[in-house]
Amino acid sequence: MPEVTRAEVEDLLYREAALLDEWRLDEWLALLTEDAAYYVPPNDHPEGDHHNTLFILADDIVRIRERVKRLMSPDCHAEYPHSRTRRLIGNVRILAVEGDLITAAANFICHRYRRYERIREYTGAYRYILKRGDSGLKIRERRVFIDAQELGSLGSLSFIL
Amino acid sequence: MPRSYIIDDAMRKRFLLDREALVSAAVLQEEMAKIFAKCWIYVGHSSELKKPNDFVTRKVAGRPVIFNRDARGDIHCFLNTCRHRGAIVCTEREGSRRSFRCVYHGWAYRNDGVLGIVPGAEAYKGEFDTKELGLKAPARFESYRDFWFLNLDAHAPGLQDYLGRARDYIDLVLDQSPSGCMEIVAGTQEYDVAANWKLMVENSVDDYHLPSTHATWLNYMANSGVKIERPSDGRVLPTKGLAVDLGNGHFTTDNINFRGRPVAAWIPIYGEAAKPEMEQIRRELVERLGPERARRVADTNRNLIIFPNLVINDGSSVTVRTFFPDGPAKMHVTAWALGPVEESEAARARRLDAFLTFYGPGGFATPDDVEALELVQQGLANWQDDRWTEMSRGMGREDEQLNSDEHHLRIFWRRWNQMMDAV
Repeated sequence: MPEVTRAEVEDLLYREAALLDEWRLDEWLALLTEDAAYYVPPNDHPEGDHHNTLFILADDIVRIRERVKRLMSPDCHAEYPHSRTRRLIGNVRILAVEGDLITAAANFICHRYRRYERIREYTGAYRYILKRGDSGLKIRERRVFIDAQELGSLGSLSFIL
Repeated sequence: MPRSYIIDDAMRKRFLLDREALVSAAVLQEEMAKIFAKCWIYVGHSSELKKPNDFVTRKVAGRPVIFNRDARGDIHCFLNTCRHRGAIVCTEREGSRRSFRCVYHGWAYRNDGVLGIVPGAEAYKGEFDTKELGLKAPARFESYRDFWFLNLDAHAPGLQDYLGRARDYIDLVLDQSPSGCMEIVAGTQEYDVAANWKLMVENSVDDYHLPSTHATWLNYMANSGVKIERPSDGRVLPTKGLAVDLGNGHFTTDNINFRGRPVAAWIPIYGEAAKPEMEQIRRELVERLGPERARRVADTNRNLIIFPNLVINDGSSVTVRTFFPDGPAKMHVTAWALGPVEESEAARARRLDAFLTFYGPGGFATPDDVEALELVQQGLANWQDDRWTEMSRGMGREDEQLNSDEHHLRIFWRRWNQMMDAV
């Protein structure tokens, strides 16, 4: 199997960022593997395990799909109207390659605007486990580490960060 | 100035709340003195301090405090401020320390509060006495079954008396554990809500809002195999629930469960593999508590309010949630998960997963609660021209008060009003 390049990883992450910012969540789901997971650990235990640590968010693929249904519903009050988000992704690095699995890291800044609210700025790091398949790279796991010492000012994590 | 913020008209079966109570900075200032400096305020749980010398720091009633165990294992609460010039003496969020040293001039306090080191102490003459300059503790600091509270009023009644009948419901939550011991799980959820803190009290127990606010959660439940249907008799919730007055401003909902409980009502989200263990958990409940009490633990749920700002949600999981105002239109919320100490790894994982289905800043329900509260606060900008909040639901009902009524909200507001009306 040919070496995965950083450019390939960047292409995937940039595409994902665009789909999330544009709320094209069904297309975003197509970037995920059938066993994908999405985690946001609590800021006081960022390296915790969601089996024994209370996370902000810990979804398997079933709940990711349910989350997308929720987010696209007008009854999802926290995101209707949708937040406007704009994320900048940088410092993309490939950390490890094992067989068809690639661990990659990136930094992000995500600005969020909504109705009368002041701007909220989420900064942090992504850690991905990507899987190489016949149709290219897919996301097996995305883990979001939020830098804020106290999540308070960020409010709800009602959108997909 | 003392005044009433409610119109409580038993004859006409109307209860109205003056919206000024939810928007005014002057009201907030008064609340600090008349409520938060008079009531027992939740600090933390013994299980957060597992070993001698463990500490956590947090804000309680607006005060930065250290909640810790000393070298002997005794639990303390200290105001996190140096007796010299006032700086925070412990800047870390959690850890293990035998002493707390102020970085400014180097005064250092043992973790039992005693001032141990004053650099250059020989320069102090006269009455200066380090024995009088240990870390200050709040006026009162007491616990009930590992839940620690402080009180800034030295003359307040004891915690046991203050909690009163609310203790029965704390006991009921703790009956989930075979040993009667529950622990705070690692990981803290924090979120701000741009709304008055009292709206969180209302929201935490107001089951009237569930079908409307949490439509997407109900949809998620349905997609996951839990059909939740409204009865045809006009009630808004699928099962019967009560609102129960516990005295001293405390109250709870007491509902027949329809939503799955880690202890011990299985729903498909938990997975087939969980069934045998959950049956075992239920058998243990019946053996230990008898069938009736076991049914209370496993098949009823409750959201319990300890006046003024502690909520124990014993629903899809168990949360310990507290909140504190940061201005009249903003609050900080902190929430933890509580689980039996002897819980298996699989049961703990199930509890935490169930927690996230509903609660917290990334849950399927809490963000919509936050949204609803913020919409209220935004709408209240009209308070001078639309002054009264309507809270009469269920008033005059002859039989039991329902969880979807506003009886329990009125209990809160009557107590709040009574305390604010004091000189």
